[in-house]
Amino acid sequence: MEWTDSAAAEEARKGDQRAFGALVERHSRSVFRLAFRMTGNEQDAEDLVQETFLKAYKQLHRFDGRSAFGTWLYRIAANCSLDLIRARKNRAERQTSASSSEAIDLLDQVAAPGPSPERLARSGQVASLLKPALEQLTDLERTAFVLRHYEGCGIAEIAGMLGVETNAAKHSVFRAVQKLRRALQPVVEVAQ
Amino acid sequence: MTHLDQEQLTLAYYGEVDAESARHLNGCPECKLQFDRIKASLDSFPEYPAPERTDSYGKDVWLRLLPQLPVKSRRRPWLSWWTMAPAFASLVAIAFLAGMLTQRNRQVPAITAEARERVLLMAMSDHLERSQILLVELAHAAPGANELKVERARARDLITENQLLRDTARSAGDMSRAALLDDLERVLLAIANGGAEDLDALKERMQGNDLLFKVRVMSANTRQEGRKL
Repeated sequence: MEWTDSAAAEEARKGDQRAFGALVERHSRSVFRLAFRMTGNEQDAEDLVQETFLKAYKQLHRFDGRSAFGTWLYRIAANCSLDLIRARKNRAERQTSASSSEAIDLLDQVAAPGPSPERLARSGQVASLLKPALEQLTDLERTAFVLRHYEGCGIAEIAGMLGVETNAAKHSVFRAVQKLRRALQPVVEVAQ
Repeated sequence: MTHLDQEQLTLAYYGEVDAESARHLNGCPECKLQFDRIKASLDSFPEYPAPERTDSYGKDVWLRLLPQLPVKSRRRPWLSWWTMAPAFASLVAIAFLAGMLTQRNRQVPAITAEARERVLLMAMSDHLERSQILLVELAHAAPGANELKVERARARDLITENQLLRDTARSAGDMSRAALLDDLERVLLAIANGGAEDLDALKERMQGNDLLFKVRVMSANTRQEGRKL
């Protein structure tokens, strides 16, 4: 049976697991893509897909249909990803303080002597700079930027997903862009 | 208007700009220059591709997820207590009338024969109508849908009522209604027991003896007769 998202969500809310299955099959890939872009880790993204749908199933009674089901699901996925990133950071901080290892400054890394921008661009390492650059952003900046730049969500939608004011979402996207432009400057100049 | 700041120019790239700022941007060479620099920079941001997932990925996720889902009861509006109340009431009425019919030689009925027959006809019509709804739902169920737990439970509820009505009709000498209720009972039993017949076989059986049509006609006639009384 071919359900619309809202009809499937309604049936699922009544307890029809097949309807929920249809939603899972339809949205799994986009949830995975978002989770991967937010965490930068394939296994984490896989776990987040499961967690997102499990949470969505338990919270179906809260889905009131005012927003699209996909948006509501993205909100859950984004928040699950944020929780995981925070937990990962906490773990990393504990490990770092225990081993007294040196912190890596991304900007120093980018500006440090090494392969020229031309060589970086040629060797296809451009994208590899993005991941550490994204990791330097705050959780809110990273989430807002990924949702805006890569997922094409509107600012108001992002604000709704993250439970922040529209202005806060705007500032986060702007700050993320500023930081990333600085971090990726050599590569971006080559591309231009 | 003052020039747009870096934040406004950045948000303009994403189309997040108010009409006044957009007009300014179009007419101001200085802001346009700044905007073009931001645009060129953002346009050349690297792609961030996620690892590919196969077409069956959604199905795989669902299969992994299914065993983890908490069991929810499938609630339907008609299963609410206030919608089930008429069914229980009619069951009680039928049981009462059936009892009176079987003991008519020993007791003097407290209500007139006409009133009794009217109640019986209305109860039978109500029963046939609910049976009809169940049969229609089954006739339109998706092929291969063999997990008809709710439908089986409803069929079980209808069987008890059906048996009482059939015996009552037979006692009253109403053989055409008794015969239809006999046919209906066999199908209700098949639905309730499940396993023995799959959905497709049930559909064939219903179509084979025009059961749905007969139930529909009998339900309408019975209700009409009851109203006349």
